[in-house]
Amino acid sequence: MEPAKTLEPIPGTIIFDGAMAVKGYALNKMCYTFNGAAGRQEFLADEDAYCAKFGLTPEQTKAIKERNVLALLDNGGNIYYLAKFIGMLGLNVQDIGAQQTGMSVEEFKAKLVAAGH
Amino acid sequence: MARIVGGITTSHIPAIGNAISRELFEDPYWKPFFDGYPRAREWLDEVKPDVAIVVYNDHGLNFFLDKMPTFAIGAAPQYTNDDEGWGLQPLPPYQGDPELSWHIINSLVADEFDICSCQEMLVDHGFTVPMSLMWPDRSKMAVKSIPVAVNTVQHPLPTPARCFKLGQAIGRAVASFPKDLKVVVLGTGGLSHQLDGQRAGFINKEFDLMCMEKIVSDPEALTRYSIHDLVRLAGAQGAELILWLIMRGTMTGTVSKVHSNYHIPISNTGAGLLVLENAV
Ligand SMILES: [Fe+2]
Repeated sequence: MEPAKTLEPIPGTIIFDGAMAVKGYALNKMCYTFNGAAGRQEFLADEDAYCAKFGLTPEQTKAIKERNVLALLDNGGNIYYLAKFIGMLGLNVQDIGAQQTGMSVEEFKAKLVAAGH
Repeated sequence: MARIVGGITTSHIPAIGNAISRELFEDPYWKPFFDGYPRAREWLDEVKPDVAIVVYNDHGLNFFLDKMPTFAIGAAPQYTNDDEGWGLQPLPPYQGDPELSWHIINSLVADEFDICSCQEMLVDHGFTVPMSLMWPDRSKMAVKSIPVAVNTVQHPLPTPARCFKLGQAIGRAVASFPKDLKVVVLGTGGLSHQLDGQRAGFINKEFDLMCMEKIVSDPEALTRYSIHDLVRLAGAQGAELILWLIMRGTMTGTVSKVHSNYHIPISNTGAGLLVLENAV
């Protein structure tokens, strides 16, 4: 069976497929090292050097330095590996939910609560 | 012979692990969620399973994009967790059951499921959070475990229909194991949630409640969705419903519901709990 060629896009959603996995490989590989304290410390000591070590593109490096989640996703970042970057910074999924939707964290949390009603 | 005594579904959100370690059981935010679990634990105390097969997805601890198995099964004598990026502390190791693992691996491959076997496997919150919810007192936990990791990180993800069939094949494998063992299957993750993109925070209560009902009475109905359907209806990470379908596939055609609970929101997620028994 042939895989479907084109699937109707889902607004506000990037499907992390083979093309995105290729585009984001270096970025995700760097984020994967944030599982361990050693990777986190080396990154925090010199962010530019650590991004360069993994061969991030200028766009990816910029998005990392700006903590810009939507730009990281656009540049091939996968949310599961980005979660390590986000966690390292002491942010949670409501913080980045707010950032990505242009809401305050309180507004974003209220939106989640409202989904239960 | 070994037999499957029941199936459980539960969310596996990292924030739950954090709330457990901070003992927020009576906190107003957490109470409606945690209050669902004592009944599940009572049931486990009554049934006393010997082995838990835990179906979860690795969130980038054990597997990276260099090698991404669609289905991977642990065959280790024990499993340990590790830091996932935010300073998680090591938990006591979980005892495995390599003999049953290899039996399942042999049976699955003979059954045309060409899975990846893992003699070493780090388990992340997808595995540890459900285990902590079901067996909070590790000193009394006698159950052994077998992790089954499913790729939900990188598309293409296995279809809901394929996952249900994998569950059925695991059910056949367990039923043909010559030792007298009681096996419980945990389907973890879900329900609707989306962490990434402008659509972050998407939750679909109506769809979740439909899934909670259909997974009991008519799981085949859920196997007709595509992964793309699930992403659209349940959010990007709501596709974790396939893990519940594997659990459901391991059970007989007809099941009875012992217990259920559903609560929104836990973190960004609609959190569902079900305890199912094979109908006799
Ligand atoms: Fe998950």
